[in-house]
Amino acid sequence: MKTRSFLSRSVLYALLIAAGAVFAVPFLWLAVSSFKPLDQAMTMPPTLFPRAYRAPIDGRPCEVTLDGPVAQAGVVADVTAGPDAGRRLLLSPAQALARAGELGGAHRVASGWIRVVERPGPGAPAAAAPRWDVVPPGAVESRIAFRWRNYPEALAALGGRDEAGDAGSGRVSFWTFLGNTLTVCILGVIGTVLSNAVVAYGFARVRWRGRDALFSLTLATLMVPFPVLMVPLYGVFRELGWIGTLLPLWVPAFFGSAFNIFLMRQFFAGIPEELSEAARIDGSSEWAIFWRIILPLSKPVLAASALFHFLYAWNDFMGPYLYLTRRDTFTLSLALQAYQSQNGGVQWHYLMAASTVTILPVVVLFFFAQKTFIQGIATTGSKS
Amino acid sequence: MTRRERRQFFTGLGFTSPWLLGLAVFTAYPVLASLFYSFCDYSILKTPVWCGLQNYRELAGDGLFWLSLRNTLVYAGVSVPLGAVVSLSLALLLNADVRGRPFFRVIFYLPSIVPVVAASMLWLWIFNGQVGLLNWLLAPLLAPFGLTPPAWLVDPAWAKSALVIMSLWGTGNAMVIYLAGLQNVPKELYEAAEIDGATGWRRFWHVTLPQLAPVIYFNVVMSLIGALQIFTQAIVMSSAASGGTGTETDGFPARSTLFYTMHLFATAFYDLRMGYASAMAYVLFLIIAGLTWFATRLSRDRMS
Repeated sequence: MKTRSFLSRSVLYALLIAAGAVFAVPFLWLAVSSFKPLDQAMTMPPTLFPRAYRAPIDGRPCEVTLDGPVAQAGVVADVTAGPDAGRRLLLSPAQALARAGELGGAHRVASGWIRVVERPGPGAPAAAAPRWDVVPPGAVESRIAFRWRNYPEALAALGGRDEAGDAGSGRVSFWTFLGNTLTVCILGVIGTVLSNAVVAYGFARVRWRGRDALFSLTLATLMVPFPVLMVPLYGVFRELGWIGTLLPLWVPAFFGSAFNIFLMRQFFAGIPEELSEAARIDGSSEWAIFWRIILPLSKPVLAASALFHFLYAWNDFMGPYLYLTRRDTFTLSLALQAYQSQNGGVQWHYLMAASTVTILPVVVLFFFAQKTFIQGIATTGSKS
Repeated sequence: MTRRERRQFFTGLGFTSPWLLGLAVFTAYPVLASLFYSFCDYSILKTPVWCGLQNYRELAGDGLFWLSLRNTLVYAGVSVPLGAVVSLSLALLLNADVRGRPFFRVIFYLPSIVPVVAASMLWLWIFNGQVGLLNWLLAPLLAPFGLTPPAWLVDPAWAKSALVIMSLWGTGNAMVIYLAGLQNVPKELYEAAEIDGATGWRRFWHVTLPQLAPVIYFNVVMSLIGALQIFTQAIVMSSAASGGTGTETDGFPARSTLFYTMHLFATAFYDLRMGYASAMAYVLFLIIAGLTWFATRLSRDRMS
């Protein structure tokens, strides 16, 4: 019996660790890729950590990028005469022999040696014809080096500036996108907290004719897919002159949402009715009961709905995609997608860094408010 | 109504008035307006002209409509059941009184709150056929069988599978709900089952699963409604995989990721056929309502 339970516990932990690895690896991959120079982000087999390499070129050690092993033995030679004068070539032994007259300094290389290219120092422009050499694998020194520069460069690129720092489109920058996203998030959270508690109180703690029918209708709207609302909503916002502004993304939050009303009603319904009754006997108005008794007891659910809305607004793509037209109004998610689709799959290391920047606030928020999150979600799934 | 009742009525109405206004403007009006538009020839630039069932009739013979519906149903039909199995399995693992539960819960939950656009960028990179992490891991596993891993997002036969895999990574939300449900199962039921000699599978089948039925119903219906509206991941990943050829709503490769909401969006806002798009939206509404009704009946039959 003992051994069997030991065995089953081992299997349990093995499964758990395997599943944990599967879920965590994409995050780790994102994090390490965001610190790699582009060439290392694209090597196969992948390197685990970003690295920097040093190798001698013409006998003098310098910072290099690796350009892969050479397939055959040959000769690296500097051409001093003929049409290729001034260039350095990798020649097969036969070619080298045939052109011996044109060649200056040369040295032999074995197959499996590595072609290394000098890397420009930070800030220096890339040379048109960087110096290179082919060296034995043992001559390459490597060390783990996180390329922190990816981050400022990625944010500048996201804002529409190229690496040289030329402003592509006026004053739009990463901070514009962050500001827009935070505007939508914070105003939306304020609206959510103000509106939903009041409405949920009306559904949970006041008895009135038509209440239950209206609440059922409210729940039924959860089933309405957004595409059904999309076209007329666009029309409404167009009439209001709100297309191309952030307004459609946060104003509706001030009118409540079915999900949050449901969440809060569940919570309010669990507060003992005697508390309200006692206050009513003392002559308190319904508003006073809500404000002085119910609301102070409801901080956890208010926090949960605020968090959910923040997350929703931070992550939302379809809304911004639908309503926003000018780059200076873009949110982070939309800017990230626009950057990707304009630059193709070229600057992967920047894309990973920009994605990390978009994800990080969510992760930090979660770690600070883990309990509120988990309890809030658990409430949504429990039966009324 | 007595005076007291009337006062209560106005109090209730007063408290709920922000929502009633919002419900009217942001939900009720759009629902009715798009029903009306679905019977009209309409674009935002001109007034709607009544055309009866014309839009619906045209849908019946529209190959792209059927293709997008098929793609969406296939995606939902695979991702929803798999998602339920994965999230419930994770919840069962965590519920088994293990050490480090908070740690694992965080790992399983976090992917579900990551911004979809950023997550799509990450998965694009993982699914990359040449330099992607996934194929680097898969290639040596498949090699002994003489197989090579697919090119995922650029292979029409595998692009949807890639999206399903990504959706499984994001099932943490359902897992948390299952975990809460599992912890609400009364301990006495397990004790009674043990006295009857039921352990392992039988205990799961006869005690855990019936107790969890309402939670399963909730999760499955919610994830089904979500899966039928898949949009963001598909837009981001298919347009990125296409390398910027064509438009973002093409469903690259070979329209294999042309999903319903993408096609609807393009019909409404690129082709400006908003009446036709409204008809599409109502068909989706009916499908969701029908499936929800079916799931509700199924779960009532099981629960009673």
